[in-house]
Amino acid sequence: MSRHTLSVLVENKPGVLARVASLFSRRGFNIDSLAVGPTEHDDVSRMTIVVNVAELPLEQVTKQLNKLVNVIKIVELDSSQSVQRELTLIKVRADADTRSNVLELVQLFRARCVDVATDAVTIEVTGTPDKLDAFIRVLEPFGIKELVQSGMVAIGRGARSITDRSLRALDRSA
Amino acid sequence: MTEEMTGAQALVRALEQVGVDTVFGIPGGAILPAYDPLYDSTKVRHVLVRHEQGAGHAAEGYAQATGRVGVCMATSGPGATNLVTAIADAYMDSVPIVAITGQVAAPLIGTDAFQEADISGITMPITKHNFLVTDADDIPRIIAEAFHIASTGRPGPVLVDISKDALQATTVFSWPPTMRLPGYRPVTRPHSKQIREAARLMVEAKRPVLYVGGGVHKARASAELAQLAELTGIPVVTTLTARGTFPDSHAQHLGMPGMHGTVAAVGALQRSDLIIALGTRFDDRVTGRLDTFAPLAKIIHADIDPAEISKNRHADVPIVGDCREVLTDLVGAVKHEHAEGHVGDYTAWWTVLNGYKSTYPLGYDIPDDGSLSPQYVIERLSEIVGPEAYYLAGVGQHQMWAAQFIGYENPGSFINSGGAGTMGFAVPAAMGAKMGVPDATVWAIDGDGCFQMTNQELATCALEGVPIKVAVINNGNLGMVRQWQTLFYNQRYSSTDLQSPRRIPDFVKLAEAYGCVGLRCERPEDVDATIRKAMEINDVPVVVDFVVHKDAMVWPMVAAGTGNDEIKIARDMAPVWDNEEES
Repeated sequence: MSRHTLSVLVENKPGVLARVASLFSRRGFNIDSLAVGPTEHDDVSRMTIVVNVAELPLEQVTKQLNKLVNVIKIVELDSSQSVQRELTLIKVRADADTRSNVLELVQLFRARCVDVATDAVTIEVTGTPDKLDAFIRVLEPFGIKELVQSGMVAIGRGARSITDRSLRALDRSA
Repeated sequence: MTEEMTGAQALVRALEQVGVDTVFGIPGGAILPAYDPLYDSTKVRHVLVRHEQGAGHAAEGYAQATGRVGVCMATSGPGATNLVTAIADAYMDSVPIVAITGQVAAPLIGTDAFQEADISGITMPITKHNFLVTDADDIPRIIAEAFHIASTGRPGPVLVDISKDALQATTVFSWPPTMRLPGYRPVTRPHSKQIREAARLMVEAKRPVLYVGGGVHKARASAELAQLAELTGIPVVTTLTARGTFPDSHAQHLGMPGMHGTVAAVGALQRSDLIIALGTRFDDRVTGRLDTFAPLAKIIHADIDPAEISKNRHADVPIVGDCREVLTDLVGAVKHEHAEGHVGDYTAWWTVLNGYKSTYPLGYDIPDDGSLSPQYVIERLSEIVGPEAYYLAGVGQHQMWAAQFIGYENPGSFINSGGAGTMGFAVPAAMGAKMGVPDATVWAIDGDGCFQMTNQELATCALEGVPIKVAVINNGNLGMVRQWQTLFYNQRYSSTDLQSPRRIPDFVKLAEAYGCVGLRCERPEDVDATIRKAMEINDVPVVVDFVVHKDAMVWPMVAAGTGNDEIKIARDMAPVWDNEEES
């Protein structure tokens, strides 16, 4: 088993997320993380799906996803050839005694403090899953009150765009 | 052309434009606006069925018999959910149907309105694609897209759910619409490199088998299959959904593989060194335990659906493409190999296979008490009715006997529920088939369990003038389940006895109540005369109640969960494999 990051270009239509999610559950594949959002093209959304599967099931996932009529294109993004980021918001206990220690860690991890209360601060941090895990570990001793994490988003390095060709296909069919 | 009209009128016009001549359905509140213009259509005949499941299976039967898209229609909520079984059935067997359902008005969607069901959500995993339409302007385009998706690539069911207000709204109809399917691009042209590799393996193999599935007839490629088989001399097996795709009378045909396949077909696959799988999906009923299936074989797997290739069994040579193009190219590539002097020599293989064929033909025991054997009935049907008819079956013992004991010579002449195993398929599907090919003789071979699930469509047949013939193989039991109870549950017959001696219902009276002719046959000596009598009646449907003995079992059998090498030709009787040893 290993983690794979799939970038899935889909038509921006109602129900597409449900189709993708239902396909994963029906075929017995687990999603580690999922992020969906618009792209530079109004008619196209992009999903970044992280799956933890062996090589052969990965081929099945990709082929089954490709069969969904609303799926335009699937690209697997290799972690060394792409930039992969998650965003986490963490509410951590911090009173007058501990606040400066917390803020020091915020600086070290190039995170940002986005809200301050008398006995807590809320921190925004982006990065790879490894970095976020490390950050959470060093904050734990202070007391994490609440934590929310986005799915991973990823984009290939270099000048090439995976949307270009697909969008031409979209224009032709419009 | 452009013209102002309602969404409902646009729907009917679009159906006319894509060539629909028959729609099976039942109206109701949400779909009612569509039924008004349908009433006026001179091109589309609406057949009022008695249950929506019947509409779905009728659409399947129509599609299978004609090769065109079958259409069924239902209202929202329960109307739509009653279609679900038939849609799932069509999905499993890749049958092109379009289901059109009414939906509550768009502002009510999500409010748990009267007769509201999220049918597009419900059918998401059992349709090739589905649509929820809430804008009248989209109707013509989506109908065009639905028929395109259903009928191209790997065929399958498409559902179009249309809200009532979209049907009532005014729109401007124009035809043809521009389809917008940027993510739908089925591959039909096979890769030439893979074709050459496949041909090379075929001439080098010592023990090859052509494993033919339903996709070959769906690609209308039986002529090309015969060409390849005869060019190479390779033996052929045809799966449940491929019966008839290669003539049963052909010397190279070994029969059906799988759980109830012939010893020759099952043994050939197990002993093979090269399986050429065409339009088939290594279903568990064919492979038995996958890790013991054809252990020595390399696999060439051609299918139009890339997701089928290497799904269950790794393909050494994967070929994505339409089976007709694949077969045409393979014929060319094999001819090229032959011209180079590379010709396969399968003489030793045929010696082995002919041994299997002659030692283990299909057979059955005649009961001592003079009662009727189900297999005998089906054998006589085949003999008297002949190969030009269409045969449909439900699911269970009678289906397997229909697969084994009817001699199929024509592609598509056996229509049944393969993947889903839907009891009750036969009668409504036979109705749909007969409406698609009205000049053909259509026999539904049904079990008494199956028959009681959907026989109300006999009323539809009688009223609409659809003279199908139904052979009820009545053993008074859920026979296949009973067989498993006999073999695996110590003869504890839990809930499989339908109590036929009490004749509740009496199938002859039931047939008559539906305006059909009802016949009964209980003795072997009456079988031929009864079938002949049924064949003479062509103005109304005929139901024949063949009362057969209940202990007949389907053999051969590979028990579920075991490997194909453990096939039994009768209870506790295994074939002897070791009369050969191959190079």
